[in-house]
Amino acid sequence: MSEKLYAVTLDVNGKLCTAHVPARLSLVDCLRDELRLTGTHIGCEHGICGACSVLLDGEPVRSCLMFAVQADGHKVTTVEGLANADGTPGVLQDSFCEKHALQCGYCTPGMLIAAHALLQIVAQPTDEQIREAIGGNLCRCTGYQQIVDAVKHAAARLANDNSSAADKRR
Amino acid sequence: MKAAAFDYVRATSVAEACEMLRQDGDDVKLIAGGQSLTPMMAMRLTRPSRLIDINEIGALKFIAFGENVARIGACTRQSVVARDKALAAQVPLLRQALAWVGHVQTRNRGTVGGSLAHADPAAELPLVAQVLDARMQIRSTTGTRTLPAAEFFVGPLTTALAADECLEEIHWPMWTGHRLGSAFTEVSRRHGDFAIIEACAQIALDDEGRCTRANFGLGGGGTIPLAFPELASRLNGTLLEDAVLQDVAREAATELDPGSDLHASAGYRRHLAAVLATRVLRAAYEEARGKP
Repeated sequence: MSEKLYAVTLDVNGKLCTAHVPARLSLVDCLRDELRLTGTHIGCEHGICGACSVLLDGEPVRSCLMFAVQADGHKVTTVEGLANADGTPGVLQDSFCEKHALQCGYCTPGMLIAAHALLQIVAQPTDEQIREAIGGNLCRCTGYQQIVDAVKHAAARLANDNSSAADKRR
Repeated sequence: MKAAAFDYVRATSVAEACEMLRQDGDDVKLIAGGQSLTPMMAMRLTRPSRLIDINEIGALKFIAFGENVARIGACTRQSVVARDKALAAQVPLLRQALAWVGHVQTRNRGTVGGSLAHADPAAELPLVAQVLDARMQIRSTTGTRTLPAAEFFVGPLTTALAADECLEEIHWPMWTGHRLGSAFTEVSRRHGDFAIIEACAQIALDDEGRCTRANFGLGGGGTIPLAFPELASRLNGTLLEDAVLQDVAREAATELDPGSDLHASAGYRRHLAAVLATRVLRAAYEEARGKP
């Protein structure tokens, strides 16, 4: 007996995607296996590690802790959506490279989503705010310090970009 | 880890969700934020045959104020509650407690009603509900009823909700008076985990600094979080000297029945309970005293 399938339509990184999935398929499995967006990583599959973090309607959530059917009609942003339009790494992603904020890279998509969400609401976060924002994301390589550095670096670069863009407009 | 197969349906109103519950009986589960239910399903600790999703019911998402009471819709996200400035002014314990609940990602999805209905013995919101004597408005196809927190929490992961009932809104009493203080703290192995022991307190003072009203509670030390209104009433009329606070805190700790596990022994939990209860009582007092 085959399992009942549900049609789900998601706005993923600005593109409408449709899939037919069983109710028990998690959002992260749907993103990776059905939509072939493998940037989002699966770690613990029960809401501990944060590797699967995505933005749901603009807010960071764990995509292993919801079913794809629940996301039907909602907007999802994955780590792929943080890149520049031409596919090159965005400022935050580039800052992670610059500051050696990753080694094995497993936690990185989740870290980027968590840090991106923070920078959306706090342009110049303190160390404490950064640590709180990534507090739900486990990293076994870096010891976190370089990740905090990278987020601060990205914040400074973004502020600089904004002010030079404003200079050009003058 | 993958959940066992189930059917999924979205309810568009509370009435519809209640009708589905009535028809389907014991084997279905309501899913709100799903931050506890989903991992339990992934680990196959529970395997409902059908999930009724109440996340899309707009009527369950609100924060409103009545006379001396803040009303919160059961499906209001924890992050929305934590951000609400008016609520932080009127029921400060909610924001204080939510800082300890999971992480940004889980609070964005987790709901106030979901945490209460899940009733983890070491969860933060059930403790606040006990200490503030929150009221649960519960609906079924036959009507609504309201239960005080003390009758709502029955045991670990067990509430007085019947199989055909849905928690609809929660009423949080607002203490009146200008000199109010409150505090929440806990000890856990990792930030964001459920507490080994958690404590919270709220205190009101008169102009002379005497206690006019107080309550406090402890969680993680038994089957449900407990409030100690009788012990707290001993504080009324006192100047909340350290010795008085320590006495009631120590006595509260003896009323717990903590278990031992690999995280902490029963003895350590009881010790923590007295220490943390003293700490929140003192912090609540200090905050109240600092107010004009």
